[in-house]
Order: sequence, then structure tokens, then C-alpha cells
Amino acid sequence: MISIRNICKVFDGKAGSTHALRDVSIEVADGDVYGIIGISGAGKSTLVRCVNMLERPTSGSILVDGTDVCTLSGAALREYRHRTAMIFQGFGLLAQKTALENVCFPLRSGLGRMPEGAREKGIELLDRVGLADKADSYPAQLSGGQKQRVAIARALACDPTTILCDEATSALDPASTIQVLDLLDRINRETGVTMLVITHSMEVVERICKHVSVLVNGQVVEQGITEEVFANPQHSVTRALLGRGDWNA
Amino acid sequence: MPSDWGTFFAEYGTLLTKGCTDTLAMLFASTALAYLFGIVLGVVLYLTSPIGLTPRPVFNAVLGWIVNMARSIPFIILLVALMPTTRMLVHTTTGVVGVVPPLVASATPFVARMIEQSLAEVPRDTLESVVSFGASMPRIVLGALLPEALPSIVRGVSITLISVLGYTAIAGAVGAGGLGDIAIRYGYYRYEDEVMLVTVILLIVLVQIIQSACDIIAKRIDHR
Ligand SMILES: Nc1ncnc2c1ncn2[C@@H]1O[C@H](COP(=O)(O)OP(=O)(O)OP(=O)(O)O)[C@@H](O)[C@H]1O
Ligand SMILES: [Mg+2]
Repeated sequence: MISIRNICKVFDGKAGSTHALRDVSIEVADGDVYGIIGISGAGKSTLVRCVNMLERPTSGSILVDGTDVCTLSGAALREYRHRTAMIFQGFGLLAQKTALENVCFPLRSGLGRMPEGAREKGIELLDRVGLADKADSYPAQLSGGQKQRVAIARALACDPTTILCDEATSALDPASTIQVLDLLDRINRETGVTMLVITHSMEVVERICKHVSVLVNGQVVEQGITEEVFANPQHSVTRALLGRGDWNA
Repeated sequence: MPSDWGTFFAEYGTLLTKGCTDTLAMLFASTALAYLFGIVLGVVLYLTSPIGLTPRPVFNAVLGWIVNMARSIPFIILLVALMPTTRMLVHTTTGVVGVVPPLVASATPFVARMIEQSLAEVPRDTLESVVSFGASMPRIVLGALLPEALPSIVRGVSITLISVLGYTAIAGAVGAGGLGDIAIRYGYYRYEDEVMLVTVILLIVLVQIIQSACDIIAKRIDHR
């Protein structure tokens, strides 16, 4: 259970401060696939980055299974991040490591030897995303869709309880997008992992998300069960995202 | 060019061979040590910089200032200023051994800046992904940051080696030996143009070999 409570995030820059998140509250049940949709600059990335503390919220709390993760630091924070995998728009693979080495990377968080059976686990995960034959390829030798599948295999390496996806399919062509979305959907059904899916595409939400929040200017303007929100959109931005309204409305 | 290579090498062969080995010894010993210290310093500079993983603006500014200071001291001045320290460390201030400490002192800040530069080229996304999986700082640095930057670091090694090679010639002025020393002593003071020409050619060949070797290695290890 992830419960984001009254999160605010202010960036202080040279040109004044930006309120990226304003009093955002979201509840994500275990095993849910929760979509967060909004146009560019709405604060989606900031929100998901707050969830695994790549960014610290200015105020508010994020309770994960009852613990406020904003209070974590050091080894406890690393342990939490270990359980909370992340998938990036730009893949974030290590360019000098093979697909298999990338997948195995999170299995060891300190120095020393890889745990027993790491290699076997890595190959099994690559097999799961349909890339067993690419174990020894470097990221530069893979297509965008293949890279993202390697990143998904890597995200699964530590048997996470939550996977955070920040625009996981935005850099992909339509065919790879569907392939990656179906893979995420299958993983959710097979492992029961909770997913927080950030996107600006309705298609992504419709295809895999059970619940959705619409983010506008750092504020949640609408949230609920995907079908219900989409059947009866209240906010003009939701309607515009659905293609049923005017952007200037 | 000498008209008779046989007599030329009979006369200067040992001198030139000694010059070569001295130069190579100074060059590689001091560059290796400079990298040992420079990598640590460069990693700290990068990590504490505003774009680093653990920004410490004040500490970074002070450290950066010290590094710049060290870099702005001309080598010949450093060489003389460090003499007491050098004597303490290696019990001599002349010969190959005597110039290694000042060479290291002069190359280390240079290497640090180059390492910092190479690390800054590693994409932010890549680093954040590693952080997001809960890797510890040593794991991030040794497992991801340095390996990802390695091809760029190797390209930097050729630049360092070639500039240290230039310094070894200056070090000849305090009796360090080496090719640069021979070129100055025979060519400049004794007008023996032929010896000077051969040493200069040897230096040119050395620079080319260093450059090509580093380029080939960097290319071979780069998987991008
Ligand atoms: N590190 C930062 N420093 C200053 N401002 C930032 C920073 N990160 C984000 N912002 C600002 O916060 C706001 C929200 O940014 P965010 O990246 O969360 O948007 P987004 O919804 O993910 O957009 P996109 O769809 O383009 O990725 C923007 O106005 C952005 O300029
Ligand atoms: Mg974003």
C-alpha cells in the first residue's frame, strides 16, 4: 500500500521558485496498476521521483506499508529502493555492460561478489522478457523496445514490491509500445507487483491501468477507476487528453 | 641527417638508449602515481559538484580552487619549490627518481580535472537508474561511474602522457636525464644538431605511439 499524502514540491531556481507539486494525495493499493496522466510539465516525473526519494518532497508524507519513506536515509533508504524498482523513459542502461550484466547489476548493492545464482537469475529474467538470445549484447546493439525490455528485466531482478514507470514507452514506436505494455501487464498479473505508471498517453492508461489520476499544474484534478474517469471526464484537460475537448477550453 | 649511421650510433647509441629508458621511466612512474591520486580527487570533485550525486557547494568550491591554484604554478617553479619535500620523500632531488615527486604534484590536479570531465559525460539517466536500485556509493562509483567513463578516461590518458612528456624535458634542467635533457644539452649548448634531431624524432615517434595506443584501447573497450 502506497499512500501519498499532501505532497508539495517546490524547486528553488534562479528565476524564482517552481511549484511542481501542490498538495497531491494518491492511494495505491497492493497489486494495483495506477496511472498518472498529465501534459508535459504537469509534475508527473517529480511525483514518481519523490516516491523513491530521488527527489525529496518539500512537505507531505509518503507512507509505504505504514512507513514514511521521507524519513529514510542511508542503508534503510537503499533497502527501500531495492524493493522499489524504476523504469525510465531513457532506459538508463549501463552502456559499457552487456544486457545480462545490466540485469544482474541491482542484485548486488555493495562491493564484493555477486550472490550465488545471479547469472542464472539474470538469464531467466531475460528469457521472461523474450531476450534470452541477447544476453551478451550491449545496449548499443539493441533496439529501443529491446532496451526497455532489458530495463524491465533489471527492474524485476530484486523481486520488487513496486515498479515505478516514468514514461516507459514514450521513446518507442507503436508496436514496441504495445509489446512493452503487454509485458508490464503480464508481470503485474503474474507477480502481483504494484505499478505506478506515469504517462501522457491515454492509450497507455486505457490498456493497463486500473486506476488513474489526472495531474494538471502539479495538482490532481480528477482520480478514480479508469473506466469511470474516462466515461465521464470532469476536467477540461481530461477531456482534451481524451480527444473530446479543446486544449484552449 | 648523419652521413654515417654506423659511427653515429657507435658514438651516441648508449646515450640515446639511456635517454629513452629514463624518459619512459619518468613518464610512466609519474603518470601512474598521478592517476592514483587524480582519480580519487576527480571523483570527489565530480560527486560534490552541483551536478554530482552528493552536492557540497562550499567544499567543492574550496577544493576546486586549490586544484586550480596547483595547476597554475609553472612546472619549473614547482620543481624548485618542492625540493625540500622531494628530498624528504625520495632522499634525492636529481635523476629520474628526484623528478617523479614534482611531476606527480604537477600532473595530479590536471588528471583530477580530466577525470571530473570524463565522469560528467556519463548520462544522468544512467546514474539515476543505479541510484534508484539502492546501490551504495562505493558500488555506484566503482561499479557504474568509473566503468561507464572508462573509454573517455583512456582518451584522457594520452593527453596526460604527452603533456607529462613535455615536463620531463624541463626536468632535464635539474639533471633528471632523458631525451629532452639530451636534446637541450647537445643541441642547444653544444650545437650538435644531429643528436638533437634524432632525439626530437624519437620524441615525435613516442608521442605518436602513445596517441595511437590510447586511441586503439579506448575504441576497443567502448561498447557504445
Ligand atoms: N530539478 C528541477 N529543478 C527545477 N525545476 C524543476 C526540476 N525538475 C522539474 N522541475 C519543474 O517542475 C515542473 C514539473 O516537471 P516534471 O518533470 O515533473 O513534469 P512532467 O509532468 O514529468 O513533464 P514531462 O511530460 O515533460 O516529462 C516543471 O515546471 C519543471 O520545470
Ligand atoms: Mg517527465
